[in-house]
Amino acid sequence: MHNIDAAHHTRGTAEFVDDVNRPEGMLFAAVCASGFSHGRIVSMDVTAACSASGVKAVLTADDIPGTNQLGTIIQDEPLLAEEAVHYIGQPLAIVVATSSRLARSAASLIQLDVGELPVITDPREAFAKGQVIGPTRTFEMGDIDARWVECDVVVHGECDIGGQEHVYLETHRARAVPVEGRRMRISSSTQSPYAGQKHVAKILGIQNHDVEVDVKRLGGGFGGKEDQATHWACIAALGAWHTGKAVELVLRREEDMRMTGKRHPYVVDFKIGATSEGKILAYEAKHYQNAGAVADLSPAVLERTLFHATNSYFIPNVRVFAASCRTNLPPNTAFRGFGGPQGMFVIESAITKLAAELGLDRRVVQEKNLLSEGDLFPYGQKIQNSRARQTWEHADSIYDVDGIESEIAEFNEANFITKKGMAMMPICFGISFTTTPMNQAGALVHVYTDGSVSVSTGGIEMGQGLSTNLAKIVADTFGIRADRVKIESTNTTRVANMSPTAASSSTLLNGNAAVSAVHQILDRLRAVAAQELSAADKDEIEFKEYKIFRNGRETELSWNDLVLKAHLQRVDLSAHGFFATPDIHFNKVEEKGQPFAYHTFGTAILEVTVDCLRGRYTVDSVKIVHDMGRPLNRLVDLGQIEGGLAQGLGWMTMEDLRYDSVGRLMSSALASYKVPDAFFMPDDIQVEFLVDADTDAAEAMGPFGSKAVGEPPLMYGIGVFFAIRHAMTAFRPNADLPFESPITPERVLLGLHPDFRSIEGDADRSTGGTPKPDRGLS
Amino acid sequence: MARELHFILNDSEVHVSEESGTLVLDFLRETKRLTGTKEGCREGDCGACAVLIGELVEDEVHYKSVTSCLMPVGELDGKHLVTIEGLNLEALSAVQQAIVDNGATQCGFCTPGIVVSLTGYLIERNRDIDLNGVKTALGGHLCRCTGYRSLKDCHHHLQSGVGKATGVHELVEGGILPDYFSNIDQRLRAIQIENARERPSGEQFVIAGGTDVYVQWGNDIPGSEPILLNRYPELRGIHDMDDYIGIGALTTFEEFSQHPLVLEYIPEIQEYMMEIASVQIRNRATLAGNVINASPVGDMTILLLALGADLLLKEGEIERIVPLSEFYEGYKELAKTPGELLTEIRIPKPPSDARINWEKVSKRRYLDIASVNSTAVIRVNGRAILEATLTVGGVAPIPLLLASTGRFLKGKQISADVIQEAAAIAQSEIAPISDVRGSADYKRLLVRQLIFAHFLRLVPECISAESLYA
Repeated sequence: MHNIDAAHHTRGTAEFVDDVNRPEGMLFAAVCASGFSHGRIVSMDVTAACSASGVKAVLTADDIPGTNQLGTIIQDEPLLAEEAVHYIGQPLAIVVATSSRLARSAASLIQLDVGELPVITDPREAFAKGQVIGPTRTFEMGDIDARWVECDVVVHGECDIGGQEHVYLETHRARAVPVEGRRMRISSSTQSPYAGQKHVAKILGIQNHDVEVDVKRLGGGFGGKEDQATHWACIAALGAWHTGKAVELVLRREEDMRMTGKRHPYVVDFKIGATSEGKILAYEAKHYQNAGAVADLSPAVLERTLFHATNSYFIPNVRVFAASCRTNLPPNTAFRGFGGPQGMFVIESAITKLAAELGLDRRVVQEKNLLSEGDLFPYGQKIQNSRARQTWEHADSIYDVDGIESEIAEFNEANFITKKGMAMMPICFGISFTTTPMNQAGALVHVYTDGSVSVSTGGIEMGQGLSTNLAKIVADTFGIRADRVKIESTNTTRVANMSPTAASSSTLLNGNAAVSAVHQILDRLRAVAAQELSAADKDEIEFKEYKIFRNGRETELSWNDLVLKAHLQRVDLSAHGFFATPDIHFNKVEEKGQPFAYHTFGTAILEVTVDCLRGRYTVDSVKIVHDMGRPLNRLVDLGQIEGGLAQGLGWMTMEDLRYDSVGRLMSSALASYKVPDAFFMPDDIQVEFLVDADTDAAEAMGPFGSKAVGEPPLMYGIGVFFAIRHAMTAFRPNADLPFESPITPERVLLGLHPDFRSIEGDADRSTGGTPKPDRGLS
Repeated sequence: MARELHFILNDSEVHVSEESGTLVLDFLRETKRLTGTKEGCREGDCGACAVLIGELVEDEVHYKSVTSCLMPVGELDGKHLVTIEGLNLEALSAVQQAIVDNGATQCGFCTPGIVVSLTGYLIERNRDIDLNGVKTALGGHLCRCTGYRSLKDCHHHLQSGVGKATGVHELVEGGILPDYFSNIDQRLRAIQIENARERPSGEQFVIAGGTDVYVQWGNDIPGSEPILLNRYPELRGIHDMDDYIGIGALTTFEEFSQHPLVLEYIPEIQEYMMEIASVQIRNRATLAGNVINASPVGDMTILLLALGADLLLKEGEIERIVPLSEFYEGYKELAKTPGELLTEIRIPKPPSDARINWEKVSKRRYLDIASVNSTAVIRVNGRAILEATLTVGGVAPIPLLLASTGRFLKGKQISADVIQEAAAIAQSEIAPISDVRGSADYKRLLVRQLIFAHFLRLVPECISAESLYA
């Protein structure tokens, strides 16, 4: 089945927030943001902005009628700065004017005077100075302190992991329309309509029911619009509140990049020990997360780093520690993978260093330690239905890894300045929000008297194919054609209190909620049909293949007739469905529990070629075996796998966030921050679904036995780092290459030619770093 | 006062009085509320705002895909502006259908621009539709959802759905373009455009292709009255003079790289172009603009500098020639008065034995700004270097001619030692700084590596990579 919106997409008729017809007299907002990274506000002069052409209102924290406070996990963030600024790009004031050009031009006239305070951009420095957000966390299993002595080899190392800008093609935007009774209707590009609703209510000092948030679709979200879309909805609403007019706010790319948070950078110290055969006995790591200036979702991201600290491997003795460190950067936030990718990068680095020390092939060590059925994760969950080995072995055989390795060896033998490399990358990703109460969803399904169906859920269509999945799930469950099903916008008046669309769970949660609603209606229709067809028992009735069956035999009764008859018999053709993921729990005191409904697995093989003269590289191929349960829709699932892979490859290679010493983002435009394009992505991408006919539908828990696919494929991209490194070591076998991402052409070239620095000393090398505190590893 | 503009927007003739520096993108989304054209970056890096511009060339309408975020409305006069809305038929076109069938749309935000560019790819007559062609058309487009495999695979569908029948009339007949495209040539002929008569002066914003000036001054241009060089057709064209190639100031990168004369002297120019910019940018960016923008790392400037180009500057009737090598006096400081306009670039025809190589290293290989770029033009006799001109960008306040390095190389016998010494001399000529394109160390190393690369490519018979790392 094709994406149900695809025709609209290709015709340019698919509407985003600011494409919708404009209300009469609509005004436009622009945000004035801090140019200082840290300081006490001495004064803010808005007089010039107030008298600028076209300006209708200039609003500051003083103009907030309710409470100037945001924050989903910890309430530590003002909408508009009041006493202090904590990062460059922090919103200070809003200008509302008759055009966005005039609003921006007036916003640039606002003068801020600040008493500057010390700036921290390095998470280790923040940690050393006690700038920690929320509690630090430690997951522990086995008796690690006693086990190091049993290891034949123990290695230490450090990872420096870069962040990542979301680059959703549609930047943040919202439109607020005042409606009667001092209420607000908001159209927002958000993954979390409920967060938008409750924060707008809070900012305006009204009740949640006074705010309606409606979302048709997002031009990409990737986590960047989970918590951080709220600000812009609140700003538009505040403007509308004061002017009585509709107000629209659309961030420009540069504003979006400067003002909003990104994937978290981490610095990590690791220690790993194993037997001489490569069996890992112990693993310890300390993760310092660069959270930015406020909590945002950082504590939850931090937690998932620990959940995935051992990736697809079973390690009997583990101690992993993590701290969320407060710095003067924009608040970093959710991004596809949600902390998991950083944790996985560290264990993959540790295994790489360990294998080198042991003189073993990296993939031998990986393979030896893959999870087996019944193994325990450090957080106490026992792995069930593990497909770590199946996907690995399947990939190994269908893609002929031995063949690839010998071709690479041959190539490297024959070529001096061009080298090839490869890496295998297994993934294991837990499915569920790790905050258990978030694993719930509602749906509202109407059947109209002409037989057409309307479906509302709390899930957001953001390119992941949720609408297409829902249409298929609802149509197949009703036994009708998909074009009889319309997926409505997501609206807080139809489905209340929804969790954000995140955690790869939108089809699982919202699909199951929709199925629950459909079943209620079907049950009522079955009773009507049984009566019409003089069946003794309504269970004789079945709905499938666009027809109605009785005892397995097709009947004359049509869907349309049945629906109409039911209506005339005053049978309710609407239902609200609800789903809560069963049997999950987590105890944050013990740091043990069963946080995930299940895990999803996969293995990728990545091949690269490195031009050792210029430091450039190409990704030649990526070959994947992915655990899909029973795939719901091949096109949608493939799109998620390939798109996730692209973001993972970008994160590891070219996506290079550069801040100066005071935390000013230097790569704040698409001219300086590059993401993968059609040329960078390999033409040779092969994806094989590990379709397991024996998959227990209850295990997968998704509608029709499908498994979640949103985030996990991103982590295949991590393999490219190790493939490039592999090629580099073919050119320079004894190089001591750091585990620093992204592995830009710069890092590659400097790594390949370490001799050069000693030839040409250069004073201009300072990067503003601070001395590192002790590693503190046992 | 804003001049009235007269052009065809999709199927309708329009007369508008916009400020001529207004972006076509803003005109479409704000004034006309044609919202299929999306804003993704406002600097030509994402392609979401791609449109087609049709222009009468002799007797035919030629269409080019461009990013509407870098094009002034004033240039639309007498042209055909096509947006996604103007490509829609009753049913999906072959391009749209290919994208739908391949699952090549996810969030849908980048899709209209991609449909426009792929249609622009097919609108040229006698195209051989293939993977590389489709990739080139996708080159200036960012999609953050798909990973591009599904988009690239559209070439299969286009091959079967369109076949050999590319070109405006062929696409109309094949039901891929709306009927109204068939008589756009007549309608454009009927629109009288007045070429500018007032003398252009360089004291206002001067816009040739706009691809740099809008990125830097996008907020200021619309309210000003910029000079649109496009209204001076005499600035167009590439001319074969006896001892030089004359490049009119309006010559775009794409026109330059397609010209037979250029291909004769710089045979690999089209390969360089792939790394220099996307087709949407190449269709707009001009050589003269690249020179005037004075970026120390301008890709074309670094080539022109090595080729010994001269600049023809004009103010009123007064003309003078300045060698490009003397044009840059400091960071973005030009040896020209504010009123002078660069009207022509003159490239001396390289001797027949000249070997030319251009190198660029950037974070992303395509459509990115170089960390360091470099050109070498050398002549050899056996192993003897008769002449060597080397330029390098991104390592000084100006595009740099490595004069000492060139002097050192002249008359030397090619060997690993000589090349290494040349690379060491180059280190003394450069002064890179650390910035978002890379650390100073990295740029120094790149200069060495690219000098190695020049010789490995230009005289592989004389030198091997192994010998340089012995």
